Amino acid sequence: MSFLSYLINGISLGSVYAIIALGYTMVYGIARMLNFAHGDIIMVGGYAAFFAMVNGGLPPILSVLIAMAVCTVLGLVIERIAYKPLRMAPSLAVLITAIGVSYFLQNLALLLFGANTKTFQSVVTLPALSLAGGKLQISATTIVTVAACIVIVAALSLFINKTRIGQAMLAVSEDRGAAQLMGINVNSTIATTFAIGSALAAVAGVLLCSAYPSLNPYTGSMPGIKAFTAAVFGGIGSIPGAMVGGLLLGVIEILGRAYVSSQLSDAIVFAVLIVILLVKPTGIFGHKIQEKV
Amino acid sequence: MKKKCFSVLLAMVLAVTALAGCGGSKDSGETSKAVENTSEAAEGGEETTGGEGAFKIGGIGPVTGDTAIYGLAVQNGMTIAIDEINAAGGINGYQIEMKFEDDQSDPELSINAYNTLKDWGMQMLLGTVTSGACEAVVAETYEDNMYQITPSGTSVAAIQYENAFRMCFSDPAQGAESAKYIKNNNLGTKVAVIYDSSDTYSSGIYQAFAQEAQTQGLEIVAAESFTADTNTDFSVQVQKAKDAGADLVFLPIYYQEASLILAKANEIGYAPQFFGCDGMDGLLTLENFDVSLAEGLMLMTPFSADAEDELTQNFVAKYQEDYGEIPNQFAADAYDAAYVIKAAAEQAKITPDMDASAICDALKTAMTEISYTGLTGHDITWGEDGEPTKEPIVVKITDGAYEFM
Repeated sequence: MSFLSYLINGISLGSVYAIIALGYTMVYGIARMLNFAHGDIIMVGGYAAFFAMVNGGLPPILSVLIAMAVCTVLGLVIERIAYKPLRMAPSLAVLITAIGVSYFLQNLALLLFGANTKTFQSVVTLPALSLAGGKLQISATTIVTVAACIVIVAALSLFINKTRIGQAMLAVSEDRGAAQLMGINVNSTIATTFAIGSALAAVAGVLLCSAYPSLNPYTGSMPGIKAFTAAVFGGIGSIPGAMVGGLLLGVIEILGRAYVSSQLSDAIVFAVLIVILLVKPTGIFGHKIQEKV
Repeated sequence: MKKKCFSVLLAMVLAVTALAGCGGSKDSGETSKAVENTSEAAEGGEETTGGEGAFKIGGIGPVTGDTAIYGLAVQNGMTIAIDEINAAGGINGYQIEMKFEDDQSDPELSINAYNTLKDWGMQMLLGTVTSGACEAVVAETYEDNMYQITPSGTSVAAIQYENAFRMCFSDPAQGAESAKYIKNNNLGTKVAVIYDSSDTYSSGIYQAFAQEAQTQGLEIVAAESFTADTNTDFSVQVQKAKDAGADLVFLPIYYQEASLILAKANEIGYAPQFFGCDGMDGLLTLENFDVSLAEGLMLMTPFSADAEDELTQNFVAKYQEDYGEIPNQFAADAYDAAYVIKAAAEQAKITPDMDASAICDALKTAMTEISYTGLTGHDITWGEDGEPTKEPIVVKITDGAYEFM
């Protein structure tokens, strides 16, 4: 019975990682850059929802929408100011800029909201699901997180494969120059990618803070790194890969903590990552990498 | 153009980092104000001058920087105590002069501060506030044979020499006292511990607790740890404590993490007795925290501003009047430490014309003879190792407030 509850906790944590990893993987797949500020956009989403709910007294659904709007605008602004001017620059410059943006957001939050931790209230107020005579408790937040993850992956796959913008994204990801020659506006396509990625970050932020109700300016940084690992795990650039990678990472982390050592859980996660990358260097669902990073 | 944008961005990042580094909250404002006050007072001599033949007591602590909140509290608590003592006629009929130096919690700056105070003619040292700096300064005071009492340095090495004493419990003492208290009050028999293995405070308390628990016959059924990098998901640790059938969960950790553990336990319907140490103090002030989760939680804290005895009430009122905020445990420790110096000085019958080394020798003996009752404990006595012996103050959270046990 404890194994089942560990597994469920792992899937819950993994779903959060998966949603964050989707943001990394989309931006990497299409703009070919690692947006290290993604974890901090999650934190901003958490704060936006927190202030909407607690200080604004708004209902949870509306707060999530506000957080998404805030993050979308933030993502677009960051892309416009920090990344767009570097479109033709070497990828190392873009990477360093992304790290700079990450620190900028963290310190801005520290300045605006203070270092004190705030307790987030879950956006899901339904009672927990009780199975096997109360021995197995599945919180409603867990169920909503897993469901949200599945819905988002399905919707994104449909969006990319069935809509014109989605097709444009695929084209840009395959060959930016050729896509431009075919009349695709590369800049607006990349901006759209950032908008979607940031909106996903807001959802991830709200779900992360609902599951682990503590919010401070560094809330997003560790999950961000773990989710980036998950994206690499699943094959960066691949949407199903991000989901599988996230879920696997969450389950390995929790089971490692439960059955091996609570201090070594991170070491176990990264050891598994190394083994997988040795066997399959592009990740589980990865395509062959043509670019040099 | 690209390069320019990039450098502008970097400059912005730097600027914000620098701003945030300054403390980013009202603390820093108050800090600089307090520092000005000190220097004004030292120059103008309005609150510290005791005229001819006065005792010179120095204080060291961080009044700027990350841990300024602790140093300021100590400075304020000490100032209140010394003003009171002076108003009541001083020590052995002599007034006290006080000077407080900033060390920003940095060992090197702390030694500089100590040297400045020595040049000023300090005879007794109240400090330093934080363990790391204290460990550096105690080596100097030992060499100079200067009497030292730290209000709040909790590490064992902070008072490793015979000239140094401590007002608060050390980290191991907190662990051992917790185990004794749990046993003596039958709070639980099967104990689970969740601690931060990446933090010396938390693992220090845990180790002493585990040792004392064995002596006391408490069974530790689960000892689960986490690190600074994995301090959000506690599902496994709480589940293990539940599966092991623990009826008490000991949490020698800070309140931010404790709030997550309480939420998780509530989620899986696990309601043991929770027991914490002084790091738990602050739980009720956590923004937006559902205090009903903490109902029944017990914690060991050296001081609570809610205590109803006259001494605490007067101190809290005076502190609020002078500094506009509720005093924390650091302020109380410093207030007590100043009075402990007074008690020991009266026991040893020292006079200001003695040099620091002679005073230290006299006080070393006197410290082991006195018994002190103050804000942070009753009938406190000291051993030759400088450690205080006192009953721990334990509070229980009832209806979102501390209730004294």
